[in-house]
Amino acid sequence: MTANAASPNHLQLTRDGQLRHFLTLDGLGRELLTDILDTADSFIEVGERSIKKVPLLRGRTVVNLFFEASTRTRSTFELAAKRLSADVLNLDINTSATSKGESLSDTLLNLEAMASDMFVVRHAQSGAPHFIAESVTPGVAIINAGDGRHAHPTQAMLDMLTIRQHKGRFEGLKVAIVGDILHSRVARSQIRALNELGAEQIRVIAPGTLLPKDVESLGCTVEYDMAKGMKDLDVVIMLRLQKERMEGALLPSEREFYRLYGLSQEKLALAHPECIVMHPGPINRGVEIESSVADGPQSVILNQVTNGIAIRMAVMSMAMGGQMAERQQKLNEMNERGLA
Amino acid sequence: MSGNDQFSGASLKITGGRLLDGHGSEAPNSALLIRNGRIAAIGEAAEKADADQLFDAKGCVISPGFVDLYCNLREPGNGQKGNMVSETRAAARGGFTTVCVSPETSPVNDSRAVTHLIRDGAYVSSPIRVLPVGALTRGLDGEMLSDMSGLTAAGCIAVGNGSRGVRNARVLRRCMAYAQTFGLIVMLRPENQSLAADGYAHDGLVSARLGLLGIPEVAETASVMEMLLLAEETGVRLHLSQLSCGRSVEMVADARRRGIAVTADVAMHQLVFTEEALSSFDSRFHLRPPLRSEADRKALVAGVREGVIDAIVSQHLPHESAAKQAPLPDTEPGLSSIESLLSLGLELVQRGELTLTELIRGLTSGPASVAGLNATIGQDDVADLCVFDPDAHWTPSKQTLISAGHHAPVLDRPLPGVVRFTLVEGREAWRSA
Repeated sequence: MTANAASPNHLQLTRDGQLRHFLTLDGLGRELLTDILDTADSFIEVGERSIKKVPLLRGRTVVNLFFEASTRTRSTFELAAKRLSADVLNLDINTSATSKGESLSDTLLNLEAMASDMFVVRHAQSGAPHFIAESVTPGVAIINAGDGRHAHPTQAMLDMLTIRQHKGRFEGLKVAIVGDILHSRVARSQIRALNELGAEQIRVIAPGTLLPKDVESLGCTVEYDMAKGMKDLDVVIMLRLQKERMEGALLPSEREFYRLYGLSQEKLALAHPECIVMHPGPINRGVEIESSVADGPQSVILNQVTNGIAIRMAVMSMAMGGQMAERQQKLNEMNERGLA
Repeated sequence: MSGNDQFSGASLKITGGRLLDGHGSEAPNSALLIRNGRIAAIGEAAEKADADQLFDAKGCVISPGFVDLYCNLREPGNGQKGNMVSETRAAARGGFTTVCVSPETSPVNDSRAVTHLIRDGAYVSSPIRVLPVGALTRGLDGEMLSDMSGLTAAGCIAVGNGSRGVRNARVLRRCMAYAQTFGLIVMLRPENQSLAADGYAHDGLVSARLGLLGIPEVAETASVMEMLLLAEETGVRLHLSQLSCGRSVEMVADARRRGIAVTADVAMHQLVFTEEALSSFDSRFHLRPPLRSEADRKALVAGVREGVIDAIVSQHLPHESAAKQAPLPDTEPGLSSIESLLSLGLELVQRGELTLTELIRGLTSGPASVAGLNATIGQDDVADLCVFDPDAHWTPSKQTLISAGHHAPVLDRPLPGVVRFTLVEGREAWRSA
């Protein structure tokens, strides 16, 4: 029995099924995910214009709240918001308010009081964006830019966009995610998206110490032997390996990890000849991926980055739309009651 | 325990209730006469007697007062989370007449002075009986023995380490051997801290999905096995507290078959909720030990049914609201559970998972026999009673809870079971409006 559990959808969707926060891919159906991809496609064209702006978020204030360091994700969110004509405020909270002892709730309430319309949140703790959307500032659209080990839904969606661009479909695809699944919010969101969009096979390839318990329950199969796991692959996604993993007695050494799970030319040759190579970045050359593979013809790593802007524009405009529709609806209801 | 004295000396007659105790004896539509804090007559004799006061218990169950082997009242030292007045009243409302309080106060209850402080506080402010559990190790640090004999002399009914472990097995072995010298009960929550590490959720389906840091089952079971072996070797009376794994129940049953003197308890919320309670990051269900799988929950319920688990505890751990207002991993573990414990149990009875007798046993005779107390309703027994209406409903909410902790397991939903009347030594400790 669950405790009167609010499903993620109850939080992130409006009553008529529009996005109003973007916290996780859990509970979002194929139609909505496809909608996000299609919307992103339409924004790719914006990036190719000489004037790269559309006025969708004009007059709106977007605050990038990064409680954890990030370069790529933060810059693409910032660019996405600016291309949508929003006013953008970047805050690295790591070093400011919380070190003065202000609680997370207080920081956010202060920012809300500055009439912010959207928070893009990255936080080291799983569930932090849920907490903010549910208990702190429900009237501000919350976009999850990565929380702990939980979810990184915009990353997963930009990966899906990249796959769709190169493969044209999800049905029948064999996809592997290789490396540190246990600590990866990216992998969790990718597995969820690939399942929802209809990929045929999702394999996770890692040693036992880097897999969560009951990982198969997420909708994937486990392969310890990378050579076997590479067979017939259409897409291989490499994950970043953090150096701390050696200290936590999860791995003996980088060298052994690379030998067993690093993506070399030889291992890539075992996959389908058209297999694309992906990596959410930042890459550790020679730890999880060989340089010549990362820079090779099958690598789409830089396409991922470009797509990141379009996906973030899509999600931000959709969530803002849902949030505004809801505000309007509440206003209407209040007026009706006033008239009655 | 003070309370008002309106019934001591005077006599009270309770009529029309269904008398039930943990041993399965039952008398429908029975009467009780209480005089001088004791049960003066039962049944027809009581019916005929005159009394100064009457209480009509029509439709109610009259049970021995509930005994909680593990709760936190937060005093001394954590007044922002709860206090003697608020938490003992909350317990009385939950039907409890006796609560054993964890040594995890501030300062820790590892000296006679602190034990006296708790007892004096209870004497002044508590309507129910408060029995301190002394610290097993000094400062609960798991390094040096506490003055166990002195703590007992001051009124501690057992020694334990609260929610903290004893990391060093050699220290634990010596603690047990020393406690055994005085015939003390050692109450321990089994947890291997190096395996639990920084976890805050069951290592299972939900933690895999949500990326929560897991506490594996083996963090508990490895510790249960170690404690059972040490108890067997030292001969100490071991009480394993707040079990969460089905496998632990099996191990306790095996140990008993081998003649090891071990008893066990489980928190009510472990019988009701599972890891799924965390699926929307609800910080109320950040608990230690964590809520585990449905299979574990079923095995724990079966343990209560079969009597392998002797007692159901509240594991009441009130907090100020800020302690729960943060992203899940940054919150403090614990529920404010004591007021709604009976109601959750009655829902289990409604679903057919426990019988009413098994529930009452887990709340009365079971814990009483662990702590060496009496919880029966017989001629001349001390009148510690709980009169509850199993069919009436109430709705716990931030406004209606008495406990300073508002993070109750169920909020804003009606629950069955209203405690009408709680009596401690014949004195009114709680009466619902």
